[in-house]
Amino acid sequence: MKKSHWYNYLWIWSVIYFAMGFFHILFAWLGLISFFLPLIFAVGFGNKGFCNRYCDRGQLLRALGSQKGFSRRKDAPGWMKSKAFRYGFLAFFMAMFLHMLYTTYQVYAGTSELRQVVTLFWSIPAPWSFAYTGGAEPWAAQFAFGFYSMMLTSAILGILTMLAYKPRSWCVYCPMGTMTQLICRAKAGPNRKE
Amino acid sequence: MMAIQSKRRAVVDTSLCVACGACMEVCPRGAITVWKGSYSVVDDALCIGCGLCAKECPASVIRVEARP
Repeated sequence: MKKSHWYNYLWIWSVIYFAMGFFHILFAWLGLISFFLPLIFAVGFGNKGFCNRYCDRGQLLRALGSQKGFSRRKDAPGWMKSKAFRYGFLAFFMAMFLHMLYTTYQVYAGTSELRQVVTLFWSIPAPWSFAYTGGAEPWAAQFAFGFYSMMLTSAILGILTMLAYKPRSWCVYCPMGTMTQLICRAKAGPNRKE
Repeated sequence: MMAIQSKRRAVVDTSLCVACGACMEVCPRGAITVWKGSYSVVDDALCIGCGLCAKECPASVIRVEARP
């Protein structure tokens, strides 16, 4: 039995995060932690310490898939592991992220109204106005709705591939993981041992 | 005293490794590290070839093979 550390319990953060967004959408802003921490590890220290030790989603998928046994534990299909798909999904995700920032800007500039919906899979609107009672700047609320949509969509994708393939299949095509690995490989330089 | 080597060992296909660290997390011997956030590296001297890492690897890029 391996010794357990405080960071083995970070999966709880995933649960808390999605629960909080259900009660108040502005908590979605806290998801930026999962966005900046991996980048700080990669750019600042040249490692994937976040993925390797502190990622709440990776831990949740392992807890459900591996420790609770919900995963079929099948090999992911070849295309899912291919560089083309991983980089393609990263590009798609970044494009959707930029689109979300643009929507936020439109609300900020007053050319668009605040839409109180969480959009699943970039297309299915789920009414979410129960989680917002006003009080914040409309653009800040718009960003929260957009960011929560992204987080929830990717979590659902992660859970689906956890069930179908290996517990942490999401890690194969996680845009943050792919991006930080690219940064780390670039920083590590050509002298890496093979 | 020389440690008795296991007959098998884990080998990582570093070109397809996603460096997630799932293998490192399950290794009972602490034999795996993620080298500079780029890919997993198995310490041959510590590996006992148990295959837990191969079972966990989401990209299925770890094979357990006989030592040369």
